[in-house]
Amino acid sequence: MAIFAPITVAHYLAVGAVLFVAGIVCMATKRNALGILMGAELVLNGANVNLIAFGSDFLRPQSLGMDGQVMVLFVIVLAAAEAAVALAIVLNFYVNHTSIDVDQADRLKG
Amino acid sequence: MSAALEWQAIFFWLFALISCTGALAVLFSPNIVRMALYLIVSLGAVAGLFFLAGAEFVGAMQLMLYVGGTLVLLVFGVMLTAQREFIRLKTSGGEWILGLFVGSALLVVLLQTVAVAGWKQPLLAESASDSAVGPVMYETTAEIGLALTGVRLNGQHGFLLPFVIISVHLLVVLIGAAYLARTKRRQTREG
Repeated sequence: MAIFAPITVAHYLAVGAVLFVAGIVCMATKRNALGILMGAELVLNGANVNLIAFGSDFLRPQSLGMDGQVMVLFVIVLAAAEAAVALAIVLNFYVNHTSIDVDQADRLKG
Repeated sequence: MSAALEWQAIFFWLFALISCTGALAVLFSPNIVRMALYLIVSLGAVAGLFFLAGAEFVGAMQLMLYVGGTLVLLVFGVMLTAQREFIRLKTSGGEWILGLFVGSALLVVLLQTVAVAGWKQPLLAESASDSAVGPVMYETTAEIGLALTGVRLNGQHGFLLPFVIISVHLLVVLIGAAYLARTKRRQTREG
């Protein structure tokens, strides 16, 4: 079967698209601040899957080579930094409001 | 050789199924603790996809840094804040409908983009004539390490400056996060 047998870049891109869309909808619909953070992690991982697919010599004759993998490493480090800062902000929000529902963070609403 | 190809396809579909199912379970689960568990499963399967694409160093880093570091941080956040009424926060039906509509439209657009002809052409169909084994398995760790110190074997640009910038960035961010997350004395009257 043509869709099963050789794994191509398109298969990886489809997986990355599913992860990305799940993360986007997760960020849009969750009310828990940590749920929004998890959606952001899913989005970053969808992008990582794409970068790895384009940088792989096993999937395509002309690949990005090592650049894709190094960029994925940078994205992983940036995701760690983002999670640390977002978690600190969420904990501050929780201490100040005794709530983690982002719908209650409406003090700046005009 | 065809047997090896079949195994790659089988493991690809296995990991792809686990990661996509985990991502959708994160999306549809209302319980924040279960969401964290599903996220760990999904990102672990993504690490398996990295191994299958020949990026074994990045796959190991995904397991060690992402699943072992970032997600443990997230689980700590969940444990610190998951009080009774915040474990399940229901989203209203209208927001679900709107979000799923926009999300499925975006998914359709992305999946159509994926079907570009050059990305669907398999590697081994054309290179099978001259080499019977396909691409040679090689280790990427030394090449990534050299690239991060600015040395590339094929004469391309290295990544020394981004590496230094991201190191300082990580240090600054972690100090700032530690400062932000300190438990301050609760002010009696705020702002």
